[in-house]
Amino acid sequence: MSDLLKNIGRLFLFVLAQVFILNQIPPLHSFIIPYIYYLFILWLPFSTSRFVLMIAGFACGLTLDYFTKTPGLHAACCVLIAYFRPFLINILVPQQGAEMNFREPSVKSLGLAPYLTYVLIMTLLHHFFVFLLEALQFGGIVYFIGKTLASTVVSMVLVIILELLFPRKQKFITNT
Amino acid sequence: MRNIFLFIRRYFNVLLFLILEIVSLSMLFTYNRFHEAFFMGISGDVTGKFYAQYTKVHNYFHLKEENERLARENLALLQALPANYQARLDSSLVLKDSIPVDSLGHLRKFVWRGAMVINNSIALAANNYITLDKGSNDSIRKDMGVVGPEGVVGTVVNVSPHVCVVMSLLHRQSRVSGMLRRTRDSGPIEWEGGDPSILIMRDIPKSVRVAKGDTVVTSTYSDKFPSGIPIGTIMDITSDPASNFYILKLRSATHFGRLQHVYVVENTLRQEQMALEDATKKLIK
Repeated sequence: MSDLLKNIGRLFLFVLAQVFILNQIPPLHSFIIPYIYYLFILWLPFSTSRFVLMIAGFACGLTLDYFTKTPGLHAACCVLIAYFRPFLINILVPQQGAEMNFREPSVKSLGLAPYLTYVLIMTLLHHFFVFLLEALQFGGIVYFIGKTLASTVVSMVLVIILELLFPRKQKFITNT
Repeated sequence: MRNIFLFIRRYFNVLLFLILEIVSLSMLFTYNRFHEAFFMGISGDVTGKFYAQYTKVHNYFHLKEENERLARENLALLQALPANYQARLDSSLVLKDSIPVDSLGHLRKFVWRGAMVINNSIALAANNYITLDKGSNDSIRKDMGVVGPEGVVGTVVNVSPHVCVVMSLLHRQSRVSGMLRRTRDSGPIEWEGGDPSILIMRDIPKSVRVAKGDTVVTSTYSDKFPSGIPIGTIMDITSDPASNFYILKLRSATHFGRLQHVYVVENTLRQEQMALEDATKKLIK
């Protein structure tokens, strides 16, 4: 399956899971909103150009926004993490050329610790921005920080579970 | 110019990032629930379809509660079926719901009682009577007023223990004191036969500004009705050349052909008022 088709399928699966599973847990929502849909951006191939990354992020966020009826909220956050993704990957890639040997960021391609750092920083960034935009409308700095941290922890747990449940097979690519 | 293009090329990603952020944030902050249609448009249909499918699945989980709720509702409806009740032949039960004095010390002047119309005559050129299913056992007395949901109906003229007969407004001798709601000028209202929806109001002086469509209500001088109950609306104005008064044709507020539930109004102070007025007349004679 081509990368394009695979990623489009992923986008829909993530958005539907987000809308119909994670957004349907109302008792948690006063303080914790778990997110996983932004993994779509985190899992895009290394070779994606920054232009495509940001456009894809914008589309992904807007798709979710259409469901949650908050136009622009998630789109802004996704564009933000899409913009910062190449910088992080450059820092975290274990050795020069690792991004050439694998298709996309995963535990195998980056190594466990760098991969988790990568996801954690992206998650924090995403949650920080989402809840900042929310706090601009409803206010409360303590509430905002608490919500960001708590939701980040829950989202991280979800991401780890997801990685354990659906290990992505990554082929080692060589030029030789 | 070349430098501008170089600048744009060099910072293309930053610029794109900023543009996308500005677009999404402006969407977020200018969004308004009332303009949802603008944002949603066709995509609203698509997300709506997804939500509809989800709701279909979701509803299965609540079938049990829903069934219980329906069963409860069925039970309540069955309990209320008229077949569960046997009609009482005589209505000997009189509820004393009429407190004579309210919490501010106002004396209660009017007491209302519900009744059903069991016979109703509408003849064009005759005197019309209505029969109600309440009588003297239900504290109905002669000369009480009768009001329907739309307005004045008539006056009780004869009472037996279980039924009473009401002289409706459509009667040659019926005479109700009405007033124009706008100007508060009062005059008697009669029926001259013919069309059952047309009443005649007299004694409104020509100095009063009357307009078609004005509402006529029971006057404050009426000894049978509380003031302000609709009687009709003016549909035609003729000035009587022989006198200084108008003759007003009213379209009756009550549709006499379809009366079902009416209320009998008792003026508790009426006897006292009548006695005093009669005594005064005798005194002057």
